[in-house]
Amino acid sequence: MSNYLGNYSLYIALIASVYLIFKSYLDANSENKYLDKNFILITSIQTVMITVSFFSLVAAFVISDFSNETVFNNSHTLKPLFYKVSGTWGNHEGSLLLWLLVLSIFLFIFLLNSRSQDTKYKLLTILFQQIIISGFLVFILLTSNPFKMLYPIPSEGLGLNPILQDPALAIHPPILYLGYVGTSIIFSASLASMISGNIGDKWARHIKKWVLVSWVFLTIGILLGSIWAYYELGWGGFWFWDPVENVSLMPWFCLTALLHTVIVLQKRNSFKEWTIILSITTFSLSMSGTFLVRSGILNSIHTFANDPSRGLYILSFLFILILMSILIFFFNQNKISNIAKENFILSKETAILVNNWFMMFFLSVVLVGTIYPIFLEVLNGSKISVGPPFYNNLLIPFLIPFLIFMSFGPSLKWIKDKLKKLNYNILIIFLVSLLISYVILTKTENSFLLSIPLIVLSIYLLLVTIKDFFVSKSSISQKISHFGFSLLITSILLNGLFSNEFNSNMKVGDERIFNEKVVKLKEVNVTDVDNYKSLKASFEVTNKNSSFALYPEVRIYQQPLTITSEADIKTTLFSDNFLVFNILKDDGYYNVRYQYKPLMIWIWISTIFIGFGGLLSIIRKNEQKY
Amino acid sequence: MSKNIKFLGLLLTLIIIFIILLKGLNVSKDYSNEKLKNKIDFSLNAKKLFSDEIINISDLFDKNSPSVVNIWASWCAPCREEHQFLMKLKDMNINIIGINYKDSQKNAKNFLSSLGNPYSEVITDNDGTKSIEFGAIGVPETFIISGKTNEIIKKYIGPLTNENLLEIKKFIKENV
Amino acid sequence: MFKIINLVLFLYFTFNISYANETNTKVDQITKNLRCLICQGQSVYDSQSDFAISMKLVVKKKINEGKEDKEIYDYLKNKYGEWIVYDPELNRNTFLLWSIPLILFVFGGLLIVRKVSIK
Repeated sequence: MSNYLGNYSLYIALIASVYLIFKSYLDANSENKYLDKNFILITSIQTVMITVSFFSLVAAFVISDFSNETVFNNSHTLKPLFYKVSGTWGNHEGSLLLWLLVLSIFLFIFLLNSRSQDTKYKLLTILFQQIIISGFLVFILLTSNPFKMLYPIPSEGLGLNPILQDPALAIHPPILYLGYVGTSIIFSASLASMISGNIGDKWARHIKKWVLVSWVFLTIGILLGSIWAYYELGWGGFWFWDPVENVSLMPWFCLTALLHTVIVLQKRNSFKEWTIILSITTFSLSMSGTFLVRSGILNSIHTFANDPSRGLYILSFLFILILMSILIFFFNQNKISNIAKENFILSKETAILVNNWFMMFFLSVVLVGTIYPIFLEVLNGSKISVGPPFYNNLLIPFLIPFLIFMSFGPSLKWIKDKLKKLNYNILIIFLVSLLISYVILTKTENSFLLSIPLIVLSIYLLLVTIKDFFVSKSSISQKISHFGFSLLITSILLNGLFSNEFNSNMKVGDERIFNEKVVKLKEVNVTDVDNYKSLKASFEVTNKNSSFALYPEVRIYQQPLTITSEADIKTTLFSDNFLVFNILKDDGYYNVRYQYKPLMIWIWISTIFIGFGGLLSIIRKNEQKY
Repeated sequence: MSKNIKFLGLLLTLIIIFIILLKGLNVSKDYSNEKLKNKIDFSLNAKKLFSDEIINISDLFDKNSPSVVNIWASWCAPCREEHQFLMKLKDMNINIIGINYKDSQKNAKNFLSSLGNPYSEVITDNDGTKSIEFGAIGVPETFIISGKTNEIIKKYIGPLTNENLLEIKKFIKENV
Repeated sequence: MFKIINLVLFLYFTFNISYANETNTKVDQITKNLRCLICQGQSVYDSQSDFAISMKLVVKKKINEGKEDKEIYDYLKNKYGEWIVYDPELNRNTFLLWSIPLILFVFGGLLIVRKVSIK
């Protein structure tokens, strides 16, 4: 029943989409002053239809309707209700339906929110957004229909992958999609404004909200993915430079650049073309992300089971969209009224250009690192891996100039600033950060040539962003985000510098002494839980005069035989103690990996700060001061 | 003018990227090293499964014709599957050297006594390091190795099939 | 031109000491840089699979034999292909990989200089 409902609502949505494409195209060419009421009506019908379709899939998951192939492949009656629901988007078909749902809801909100905008501009935005929606609808109906029926109806589902049953992973995709899909509105709107010729400060103010919304969701989405990797994958890292992670980072760099550029457009009415280029690029990167992940062209931990026809479809669709935007850009470029404005070297405009320059560089490193292996393999058949050392080597040295720029860029004035006399506050802050860094660096033998300037500068930037809360005139949301960013860099650097670990084979009763700590394996308890066998170890970590216990676990699931290691992590404000163990073939011995990771929690907190700044900027209506 | 050049340049780049990605879709996602042909270090020493005697592996190879090396273990199900084909190879008078991978001596001997022993000699690899010398990633794997140049001529990852047999025979004939 | 870029790249990467997270024995450092070929997205260091365990032993053995890092990487690349190493070395195949971002950075810098009047 729900299968038919879901399926047919998608067809109705497609008809609505086709109607809206024609209608908006025709109306945009006529000189109508007002938006036809039908647009809101048909768009809301479409949104309702897609919502119905989405919820009929959710319902099929909740009642474990195994006549639905997607449910059969990805669910199981024994799953807790929460994971049954999140299972809806934990697979290729369902996640596309979610994309589609967000696409249509965003368009609907856009229409409600842009009453005051020019009619032609609105019509064109509808047109481009509907082209994207119809593309996804056809893609779903042709290659990834989530409502395929199975007969005879199986009595039990296949999907009970324990690794995927995790709260962070359950909400991670929807949040990330809100970010990705938000960029589609920016894309459609920027093409529409290109044709209708209304790029300017007014448009910037209007589109900035969407930039912020996408940016906040993308930031939080990336954070959740990283948290999941840290807690669940069980080898203690929070960023692996895995292609699928990179794919979410690329639009983030672009969106961060856009976020700053749009402010210049709003305040100074310049950088028009660059804003449009960034908007198009951001969305293309979000779409390429979908292509790279879904087509199976990448080799990664997270790729969905693949089917070449899907890859072909997304690739073609992506290139049609990019081609279309390039054509529109070049043929409407003359409509942009550019009053030649001088950019002075000491000005906020230049500072933002420099920010964009670095963002584009970071983006290019990640982009090239991710797709270069594919290109090389096609061109001469060699297979190479591009892993963390590549990204570290290229990105870390560039952090030094970036941190320097970031410490003074935001405080520059618009148009033209004067070279100030040496400010004693700044000098004091710099000396203090030198002192702090000196104290920190004497505590580790683990220093590299680059770590000295990096630590000094990140602490300096941190202090400057704290100072700005009291002195600077810029908006509170900007202060919070910049503070969050400097805290993030500082935490990552110190975390990298002071993390240490040991890896050893132990049996019950063994002790290992490590950095003045004694780690003891006290016992291992074997119990049978629902559908797995649990080996719970009990460790005691004694540190000079205090001690705490850690209980990591190994779970052995039958059918299919899967062994998972659940790390136990003791988190404090200062550090994480991460312990994970594995079964070895030699009887009685376990492989134990203990990691001491300082400031781990601050990596998460600082990212929340970054996102919170953006959120505040959306909510506060009168963010005029910059 | 310069605008048109920019436009055409961008268009061309886009088309090239499109074609490369299109081809990338059809590139096999086979990241095994089947095509790599490396030299085996023949000075390696190993223990025999049946006699506990330590020998130099170069003694096992026929200098004039290629030999087949098969990595196996009694605990590996696909090895059991491909065993019948190894017996057929033996019947074709092909020299097969077995490398017993991370196995208990008792189980390995039982395996061979109940199913038959296709190998001219079996050496043990208790810690898996000898298999790495052959560039193996797991069990079962089968190699054709030239006795003259010590090079791997052909590599099969995973269990052998009936079709592989003729191919192996052909390779051996060609390389005598 | 090619030679100059190559030289710049070379200088850049020799001075830029690679960033390792923890002080560790040499075995850990090397195995962290090796892909576990039968796992999904894990390094040999992180994995406890049969392949990874043997690989760690091989690396240890080679270090005890007094082999240099480069010799060990070359040995493994010879057996398993470039695919096994996470850190792609600078050669004809990867020249563009390392230089495209740097070229773009310089190019971006030039664009900004053109846009901004220095007075």
